[in-house]
Amino acid sequence: MTTTTSSPSPGLFDGPEPEDWRRYFGFSLDHKVIGIQYLVTSFFFYLVGGVLAGMIRTELTTPISDFLSREAYNEVLTLHGTIMIFLWIVPVVNGAFGNYLVPFYVGARDMAFPRLNAIAFWLIPPAGVMLITSYFIGGASQSGWTAYPPLSLTTPAAGQLVWIFSVILLGGSSILGGINFIATILKLRRPGLKLMELPMYCWAMLGTSILVVLSTPVLAGTLILLAFDIVAHTGFFNPGQGGNVVVYQHLFWFYSHPAVYIMVLPAFGLVSEILPVHSRKPLFGYTTMVYSILAIVFLGLIVWAHHMFTSGTPPWMRLFFTIATSFIAVPTGIKFFNWLATLWGGRIALNSAMLFACAFIVNFVLGGITGVALAQVPFDIHVHDTYFVVAHFHYIVYGGTVFVIFSSIYHWYPKFTGKMLDERLGLLHFALTFIGFNLCFGPQHWLGINGMPRRVAEYDPQFTLLNQISSVGALLMALSTLPFLYNVIASYFKGKVAGDNPWRALTSEWLTSSPPPVENWHGPAPHVRHPYGYGAEPQP
Amino acid sequence: MTTLPSISTELQEPSAAVEHEEHGDFRLFGLVLFLVADGMTFAGLFAAYLTFRAVNPLPTGGIYELELLLPTINTVLLVLSSFTFHRSAKLLRAENSSGCRLWLMITVALGVAFLVSQMREYFTLPFGLTSNLYASTFYVLTGFHGLHVSLGVMLMLIVWWQARQGGSITSHQHFGLEAAELYWHFVDGIWVVLFGIIYLL
Ligand code: HEM
Ligand SMILES: [Cu+2]
Repeated sequence: MTTTTSSPSPGLFDGPEPEDWRRYFGFSLDHKVIGIQYLVTSFFFYLVGGVLAGMIRTELTTPISDFLSREAYNEVLTLHGTIMIFLWIVPVVNGAFGNYLVPFYVGARDMAFPRLNAIAFWLIPPAGVMLITSYFIGGASQSGWTAYPPLSLTTPAAGQLVWIFSVILLGGSSILGGINFIATILKLRRPGLKLMELPMYCWAMLGTSILVVLSTPVLAGTLILLAFDIVAHTGFFNPGQGGNVVVYQHLFWFYSHPAVYIMVLPAFGLVSEILPVHSRKPLFGYTTMVYSILAIVFLGLIVWAHHMFTSGTPPWMRLFFTIATSFIAVPTGIKFFNWLATLWGGRIALNSAMLFACAFIVNFVLGGITGVALAQVPFDIHVHDTYFVVAHFHYIVYGGTVFVIFSSIYHWYPKFTGKMLDERLGLLHFALTFIGFNLCFGPQHWLGINGMPRRVAEYDPQFTLLNQISSVGALLMALSTLPFLYNVIASYFKGKVAGDNPWRALTSEWLTSSPPPVENWHGPAPHVRHPYGYGAEPQP
Repeated sequence: MTTLPSISTELQEPSAAVEHEEHGDFRLFGLVLFLVADGMTFAGLFAAYLTFRAVNPLPTGGIYELELLLPTINTVLLVLSSFTFHRSAKLLRAENSSGCRLWLMITVALGVAFLVSQMREYFTLPFGLTSNLYASTFYVLTGFHGLHVSLGVMLMLIVWWQARQGGSITSHQHFGLEAAELYWHFVDGIWVVLFGIIYLL
């Protein structure tokens, strides 16, 4: 049989690729190069999304709309949300770290489908650029990242269509990536490597990719229907023509609730790699961690209508979705306590990676608690579409995932580049981010409970002080980016040389040079039986 | 700092046989995952249609009447084509490449007949895309499926070309054919569901 000639094994790169920095700018098939391409590209979009956030917070320092017109505010808000979700969080925790680490963890020299992998990446820059340029040419979408009809049918059509088109492209990229991860983890493992020996990040990526493959296509189908309503004047979601807006919400949230797990499960996986290394202890409760990921995947698919408690949902539906949603707290809580138990009694090195990881645990538990509160119908009806919801999901997406992303950058930068990051700048970065973040989003809980609606450029003057505090926090967060950017650029040129394994970690990306050679290891792929075998005691 | 903790990592040197062991062909597995994703797109559209049916009554005076004869013939055509495709693949494995190509062509003919008759239905129906909610769902669902059929026909033509004497598809190397066959069965399966909920329900 010669049918496997195109399967990735040594010698899969079909042309001579340049060996230096130039390959980071081309259509490379190397999973490490693609991972870095994802990381840098999505970080660029993070900066764009951050500038937009700054514009939002500037507008909200006063109760009247003075800095931005109402329309511009809506456009900025929509772009901010869309960019942060589809061009920063999803590609960075899946595409960037997933591509870099998963092949190492399964003992492979590349992803299962390297060409598909490169295509998936190269869909992202055009989609992102298109989305942003729509702002300058004729105006961007104004209907928020949820694009609810009838709002999305009555705001200017051109911007909305560009939005739909880019989101479908980004969703397509995400699906191709998901297929690749599932195939890599299930089919490309080094012979003899068992599933239960895999580092936790692989399990997280497996769960995430299942969600991606099952739910993202539904979003694409929904947006196609929405596009028909806009272009061909069908009435799927237009009540004036006999259509039904609530159907859009169901379909949208069937994707978008799993999407929140697509944004946070990989982060769970990354912290599960980082905490054991820097506390020199095995990951506590490996098996329960695996089963909680699988439980979260299952539950994540059947809780979507908790976003629709105020959309005229019948009582039985409210009951079902409240109960199912509250159940998610169980596997999530298991993971939370396992992380704490991993730290317990460890020899903790409080470096930048660890500070961000520990802060993740704190922020995430706050966001999780407000999440469970929001799942209770009587409370949700009070605070739905207020700043309380904004606070909830920023505690999770920013306080959770973005903190983990920074932690991961401090942890893996030595592997990516061969140089260490500066710890003093890292500490400054952390302090500014942590204080700025809590100052920015903490007060929003109060704003929401007292009734300040989200997504509006103007507000009642009684909310002024808390909004100004929030904006100061946002300013600190913006400033925190400066030491970070300086650090990653300067350290690349004059940072301390890292060596192969500066953290004395056990997973297989560290058992090779920094940066690793094209085929990951100089010799055969190592078989890591105990990725968390730290300390004198063997794994429990 | 203290000494390195006991590293239980084994850097064993696998024998050359292990290191170069061929991984099975997982491209079909990748295709299955893709079809799951594609199937979920349809599932979303079907769910939308069924919900419309359940909660949105047809506006009074709205016209939405479907003939059953033509679509039933269409269903028969497609189901038949799954069998002819299967036969074609079996012949290839039996080293009969001309037989394989013949039955592939018959499958193409059935696919094209389906598309033609679908077009005929479109042009004779008393309603258009925007006539009412049901008309819209009808056209979008059948149209989306029709796109899949067209893609399948194109894939078959490519495979037909590759299976010629001296082409890249042989009785030993037939991933392309298998992939196209799997895809075609998928498209047929979707049609059966679609026929059930749109025409029969
Ligand atoms: C214990 C887990 C969680 C529970 C019980 C929960 C519950 C909820 C509920 C009920 C809402 C709807 C609030 C409303 O609109 O009235 C909501 C909104 C939201 N949640 Fe969570 N959540 C949880 C975890 C997460 C996670 C992990 C993420 C992201 C990584 C997340 C992101 C969001 C977002 C983005 C929204 C706002 C959507 C929008 O309207 O724009 N949540 N959450
Ligand atoms: Cu949700």
